Amino acid sequence: MDNLLSIITFTPAIGALILAVFLRGNDAAAQRNAKWLALAATTATFLISLFLIAGYDPADTGFQFVEDHDWIMGLSYKVGVDGISILFVMLTTFLMPLTIAACWDVDTRVKEYMIAFLMLETLMIGVFVALDLVLFYLFFEAGLIPMFLIIGIWGGKDRIYASFKFFLYTFLGSVLMLVAMIAMYVDAGTTDIAALLNHNFSSEAFPILGINVLGGMQTLLWLAFFASFAVKMPMWPVHTWLPDAHVQAPTAGSVVLAAILLKMGGYGFLRFSLPMFPVASDMLAPMVFWMSAIAIVYTSLVALAQQDMKKLIAYSSVAHMGYVTMGIFSANQQGIDGAIFQMISHGFISGALFLCVGVIYDRMHTRDIDAYGGLVNRMPAYALVFMFFTMANVGLPGTSGFIGEFLTIMGIFQVNTWVAFVAATGVILSAGYALWLYRRVVWGDLIKESLKTITDMTARERAIFAPLVAMTLLLGVYPSLVTDIIGPSVGALITDYHAAIPAEAGTQLASH
Amino acid sequence: METIILFAPLVGAVLCGFGWKYFGEKPAQILTTAMVFLAALLSWVIFLTFDGTTDHVSLLRWVDSGTLAADWGIRLDRMTAIMLVVVNSVSALVHLYSFGYMAHDENWTDAEPYRARFFAYLSFFTFAMLMLVTSDNLIQMFFGWEGVGVASYLLIGFYWKKQSASAAAMKAFIVNRVGDFGFLLGIAALYFLTDSVRFDDIFAQVPVLAETQISFLWTEWNAANLIGVLLFIGAMGKSAQLFLHTWLPDAMEGPTPVSALIHAATMVTAGVFLVSRMSPLYEYAPQAKLMIVYVGGFTAFFAATVGLVQNDIKRVIAYSTCSQLGYMFVAAGVGVYSVAMFHLFTHAFFKAMLFLGAGSVIHATHHEQDMRNYGGLRHKIPVTFWAMMIGTLAITGVGVPLLYIPGLHIPLGFAGFVSKDAIIESAYAGGPTLVFWLLVVGALMTSFYSWRLMFLTFYGTSRAHGHGHHNGHDDHHHEPHESPRVMLIPLGVLALGAIFAGMLWYNSFFGSVESVRHYFGMPAAEAHGEAAAGHGAAAPAAHGAAAPAAHGAAAPVAHGATAPAAAEAHAVAPEGALFFHPDNHVLHAAHDVPVWVKLAPFVAMLTGLVLAWVMYIRKPELPAKLAAEQKPLYEFLLNKWYFDELYDAIFVRPAKWLGATLWKRGDGNVIDGTINGLAMGIVPFFTRLAGRMQSGYVFHYAFAMVLGIVVLVTWMTLAYGH
Repeated sequence: MDNLLSIITFTPAIGALILAVFLRGNDAAAQRNAKWLALAATTATFLISLFLIAGYDPADTGFQFVEDHDWIMGLSYKVGVDGISILFVMLTTFLMPLTIAACWDVDTRVKEYMIAFLMLETLMIGVFVALDLVLFYLFFEAGLIPMFLIIGIWGGKDRIYASFKFFLYTFLGSVLMLVAMIAMYVDAGTTDIAALLNHNFSSEAFPILGINVLGGMQTLLWLAFFASFAVKMPMWPVHTWLPDAHVQAPTAGSVVLAAILLKMGGYGFLRFSLPMFPVASDMLAPMVFWMSAIAIVYTSLVALAQQDMKKLIAYSSVAHMGYVTMGIFSANQQGIDGAIFQMISHGFISGALFLCVGVIYDRMHTRDIDAYGGLVNRMPAYALVFMFFTMANVGLPGTSGFIGEFLTIMGIFQVNTWVAFVAATGVILSAGYALWLYRRVVWGDLIKESLKTITDMTARERAIFAPLVAMTLLLGVYPSLVTDIIGPSVGALITDYHAAIPAEAGTQLASH
Repeated sequence: METIILFAPLVGAVLCGFGWKYFGEKPAQILTTAMVFLAALLSWVIFLTFDGTTDHVSLLRWVDSGTLAADWGIRLDRMTAIMLVVVNSVSALVHLYSFGYMAHDENWTDAEPYRARFFAYLSFFTFAMLMLVTSDNLIQMFFGWEGVGVASYLLIGFYWKKQSASAAAMKAFIVNRVGDFGFLLGIAALYFLTDSVRFDDIFAQVPVLAETQISFLWTEWNAANLIGVLLFIGAMGKSAQLFLHTWLPDAMEGPTPVSALIHAATMVTAGVFLVSRMSPLYEYAPQAKLMIVYVGGFTAFFAATVGLVQNDIKRVIAYSTCSQLGYMFVAAGVGVYSVAMFHLFTHAFFKAMLFLGAGSVIHATHHEQDMRNYGGLRHKIPVTFWAMMIGTLAITGVGVPLLYIPGLHIPLGFAGFVSKDAIIESAYAGGPTLVFWLLVVGALMTSFYSWRLMFLTFYGTSRAHGHGHHNGHDDHHHEPHESPRVMLIPLGVLALGAIFAGMLWYNSFFGSVESVRHYFGMPAAEAHGEAAAGHGAAAPAAHGAAAPAAHGAAAPVAHGATAPAAAEAHAVAPEGALFFHPDNHVLHAAHDVPVWVKLAPFVAMLTGLVLAWVMYIRKPELPAKLAAEQKPLYEFLLNKWYFDELYDAIFVRPAKWLGATLWKRGDGNVIDGTINGLAMGIVPFFTRLAGRMQSGYVFHYAFAMVLGIVVLVTWMTLAYGH
C-alpha cells in the first residue's frame, strides 16, 4: 500500500463527508446512525493503522511510508513517519473510537458533533505525518477549529470566554511560527521537512537594535517556534488557557484535548526545535528546564487548591507536561525516550481521568469536589478504575505513568541536578493532590442525599475504560513496546544534535 | 521454584479480587491463603537448602532506554532467601489469622462484602514485597517499594468510611513519597556515575565511586557518600525513621492483621533490607554510615520515649516497632549488616506475634483498643496471654547473659535477647558512645512500655466498664472471650520463632566472622585481607575476579600477577549477599566487648521490668501522680514530641496556602492580568464580534489562518517563482 498514510489520515474525513452529505433529519434514528457511522469510521481508521505499525521498521531511522505529490500552487503534499511520529499517529487512532463512544449520550446537534470529531482526527493525524512546512502549518492550525467548535457549541456555561482565551493565547504563537516558516523557506529554499532537517541554519551572532543575538538566526527561529509550541504544551506561564478550556469542554472534548492536542507542542519541539536549531536549543535549554521545573511545582501546588475536578486534572496535566519539556531538552536518550513515553502514557491516563470525571458529571451534573464523597459505597467498579488511574497519574511503577516520569528524571539528572531535584519534588506533590482528590470524592461515608441513588458504571463505560487500563498496564510492565520503536530514531536525533553544537558546549553524555 | 514463590500470591490476589463474585467469598479467601502457604513452604525449602551462591533468573525485559536497562528478574542469594522466609511465613500466618479476625466486623453491614477485598489486598502486598526483596536491580526494587506503598495505603484506608482511616492512608503514602524522592535521586546519581542500575554492575564500580566527586546542587560531594545518603532517605521513609516516622502510628487505623504483616514484620523493614543490600556501597561511604547510625540511634530512643505513655495498645506496639527499626539501622550503620538482618529476622516473629496477640485482645474485648479499659484479662483469654507473654519476653530481651550453651557456642535466651544484644554490642564496638547509650536507655524503656502493656492488659482487675468507655458497647455485656483456633494457631507458630529463632541462627548471623562470611556466601576473610593489602581500593573487584577455588595460598600470587589488569577486574562485583570492607572489623570486635557492655542491656531490661511492676502492679496510683507532677513532659511525650503539629504548620498549611495564592494571584492576577492587559486593544473588538454571533470568533480565526497561508504562498511564488 503506497498511500497507507493518506488512507489513515483521510478515512475519518471521508466519514465526516458521508455524514454531512447523506445523513438527513435530526430524529433519534438519525442521531444513532451518526454515532454508529462515526464509530465505524474511527474504528476502521484504527484497524488500518495497525498495518502501519506492523509494517514499520524501527531499525530504519529515516522517514517511512513516504508519499510525495505535487499539490496546488507549487506546494507539495508530502507525508511520512519515523520513530518519533508514528506512535502519536497510533495514539490518535487508538483513542478516537473511545472518544466517540464516550459521547454516546450527547443529543444536541449530534451530526455536527460527530463531524467535528472526525475532522479533528484527520487534522491531528495530519500534523504528525506532515513532512512539508506548509502542510504541517495547515494541519496544525486547522486542527484548532473543530476544537473551538466543540468547546464553543457543546461546552459549558462560560464556553465563549474559554475558547476566546484559547484563541488569544494561540494566535500570537501561530503568527510568529508562520513568520519563522517563511524565513526558513527563504533561507533554505524548500519547505520539505526532510530537507530542512539536513539544512544548517546559521548560528552566527548578529545585532538587532544594538543587542547582540547569540545563536543568530537559529535563536530567532527557535523562539518563534517556541512561542507556538509552548502555548500548545502548555508550558508555564502560558498555561492558564488550559484549565478554562478543559472546564468548559464536553467530556469527549477534554479527552482529545488532553490526550492528543497537547502532544502537538512536544512533537513540534522534537520535529523542529531540537534537530533544526540545535545551537539555539542547547543555549536556551536552561530556560526550558527552569520553566519545566517551575511548572511541575507551581501547577502541582495550584492543583492542591482546586475545587473543580476538571481544573485539578488540567493543572496536573500541565505538571506532567513539565516532565516532557524537561526531558526533551535534556537531549539524551533517557530524557527524550522518557518525554515521548510520557506523552503517550499521558494520553491514556489523562484521557481516562477526564472520562472518570465525565462518568460522575453525567450523573450529577457538577464537577465540584465538595458535591461528592463516599462514591465507593455505591460505585465499587468506578472506585477501582479511578484508583487505578489516580495511581498511574502519580507515577506508580507497573503503570505507564512511572516510565516516562522516571526516564525524564534520569535524563535531566545527567544535565542539571538542581532541576532534577526540583522536578523530583513533583513525585511528592502529585501524590498530594491526586490522593486528596480521591479521598474527597470516592472515600468516606455516603451521607449526601443527592448521591444515595447514584449508579455504578454501565457496560458501555466499562468497555471504554478497559482498553485504557490494558494499555496503561501493558506499557508499564513492558515499555519496550514503545522504546524499541522510538529508540533508534531518538538515538539518531541525539547523535546529530550533539554533532551540530560547538564542541565545548557538547557534553560527553551523548553516549548515554 | 523462585518464580512460583513470586507469582503465587499475585495469582491469588487477582483471582480473589476479581473472581470472588463468581465463586464466593469463602473460596476466594481459601485460595489466597493456600497460594501464600505454598509460597511459604517453597521459601523454607529454598532457605534451608540454599548453598550461598548467588543465582539470577531473568523473567522479562523491562525498562530499556539507551544504556539504562533493567529486566524483571530474580536475584537469589542469602539476603533474598531470608526475606522470602520472613515475608511468606508471616504473610501466610496473617492470612490464616484473618479468617477469624475479619469474620465479623462492625464497620460493615451484611450487604457489604469486604473479606475478599481484604485478602486480595494482603496477597497483593505479599507479591509487591516479594518483588522488592527478589529484585536484581534498583528499578524493580523501586517497583516493589512503591507497590508495597500502595498496598499499605489501601489497607490503612481499608475502613474508608472513617475519616481518620482515609487521612492516615493518605499521610502514609505521601510521607513515604518524601523518602521515595530521595530514593529516586539516588538511583539517578548511581545511573549517572555507573551507567547501570543493576546491583552487580554497581557493586563492581563502588571503589571507583568512593574516589569520585559529583557535583550535586550547590557543591561537590563524594559520590559514594552522597548516594548513600540519598538512598537512606528512601529507607527512612519506608522504615519510619525519625523525621519521616509520623505515618507509622497513624497507620494503626488499618485492621490489626495488617499492622502485624506490613507495619511490623515486613514492609517497614524494607529500609533495613535496602541498606544491607547496598552494603558494598555503604562500606565505601563512611559519612553516610555515620548518618545512619545517628538517625537509627535517635529513632530508637525517641520512639521508645513516646511509647512509654501511649494508651492505645496498637500505638504502643507501633512506636515499639519504630524504635526496633532504629536498632536495626544502628547495626547496619556500624557495618554489621548481618546483625541488622538478624534482628529483622527475629523481630518479624515476635513483633508479628505481639500485634496478632493485640488483635486477639481487641477481638476479645469487642474492638476496644484503649488499655485503660482493659485489666485482668489473664484468666479470660489465657492462650492470648501466654502468646503475648512470650512476645514480651522476646522483645524485652530475656535471656541468660554471659552464658553460652556448651559445645554449640550459642547464647541462651529469647530471640530478641540474642539479636538485640548483638546490636548493642556492635554499637559499642563500632559506633559513637552516645548511640550506644541511647540504645541501652532505649532497651530500658522498651522493657518498661512492654511490661506496662502486659500489666495494664492482663493483670489487675477489669476496668472494662469504668470511665472512658464510650464506644456504645454498654448494650451488650459480653464477657471477653478467647479467639477462635484459626487465630490462635498462628500465635503458636510465631511463638516458636520468638523463642528459638535467635538461638538457632545465632552463628549464621552473629557468630564468628568465618561462619557469617560463609553463611552469606562471601569468600573467606584471609584471602580477602591479603588481596586488600595488595590492591587497596580495588580489592573487592580483585577478589571477585579470582575463582572461589583459588582463594588459597596461591591467591596473593595470582593477584600480584594480574595487577596491571586491575582495570578490567573492576567489572566484577564482590561475591556474596553482603560485603565487608577489609578494614571493617566491627563484627569481630563486637565479640570482644567488656563484660559490663554485655551485661548492660540485661540490667536495663530488669530495671524496666521492675519500674513497670512498681508503677502498674505495686502502686497503680503512681503513674497518674507522676503525670500530674511532670505535666509538660508528659504532654510532650503523649503528643509525640509535637511532630504532627510541627509538620502541619511548616509543610501542610504553607503548601495549601501557596497553592491557593499561586492560583488566585499568580494565574489570576499576574499571568491572565498581563496577557489580558496586553491584548486590551483587540479584546473588545473580538468580544463584540463574538457576542454578535455565536462562536463567530472561530471563523475569524479560520480566516486569519487562511490569510496566513495565502501570504506564505504568495511570498513563495513571487520571490522564488516555481
